[in-house]
Amino acid sequence: MILPFILFALCALLAVGGALALIFAREPIHSALALILVMVSLAVLYLLLGAPFVAAVQIIVYAGAVMVLFVFVIMLLNMGVEEHTNFSKIAKFAAWPLGLVLIVWSGYWLFHSRAASAIGTGAAMVPSSTRDLSKQLFQQYLFPFEATSILILIALLGALVMARKEE
Amino acid sequence: MSVIPVSWYLVLSAILFGLGVVAFVFKRNVITIFMSIELMLNAVNLAFVAFARALNQLDGLVFVFFVIVVAAAEAAVGLAIVIMLAQNRQSLSVERVNLLKF
Repeated sequence: MILPFILFALCALLAVGGALALIFAREPIHSALALILVMVSLAVLYLLLGAPFVAAVQIIVYAGAVMVLFVFVIMLLNMGVEEHTNFSKIAKFAAWPLGLVLIVWSGYWLFHSRAASAIGTGAAMVPSSTRDLSKQLFQQYLFPFEATSILILIALLGALVMARKEE
Repeated sequence: MSVIPVSWYLVLSAILFGLGVVAFVFKRNVITIFMSIELMLNAVNLAFVAFARALNQLDGLVFVFFVIVVAAAEAAVGLAIVIMLAQNRQSLSVERVNLLKF
């Protein structure tokens, strides 16, 4: 039963390494590829957590649709490496202490949360069936589900109106 | 199935969210700042799935579904704004976006 641990460690390292690569890459396209790596390793972690539907949606929607959109816009605009000014030095020195404090603080509270300490016995770790998930989605959460379809329609129209050339 | 403690997933989620915040402050490119927002959303999704498994309830997975939908809509509108910005300023640096600065 050492295999899940190896898989978890590998995917966690890939995710954190991808996030660091996103920060340190100079070219936007390298940042995009690093983010795709993070998303794929998170999908493997969802499978490990027993949520195959969420893993499939993660691959199809995030790593597929959203990141293709990002890469498409980066390639379309082709603005090259990012420029650094005096203000970005201030941001550089402000970012790391802020982020480290946030990581330690939230990590401490999540690690000691009641939900995290209550389980981990392995009994709850059966894969969730997509049938139960869809029942939940289309019965209890039917109204929010329909609201998201209107949201997507509005986003589609907004993107079309803004990206259109002015005559 | 697996015997990995849920708290490990939560700590990984906290690390990814913190790195997303660092990238948000650190990066100077509008598109990369957008990508760091996506990274933060992904970290929150991981925490949602971990808590859903910990409490053995499916609501967390439904919330992840909604977060992904909203993120997709946000990326579509946001990238349209980025294209307009690039047409008007000939640059993607956030420091060139200073019309409303005092």
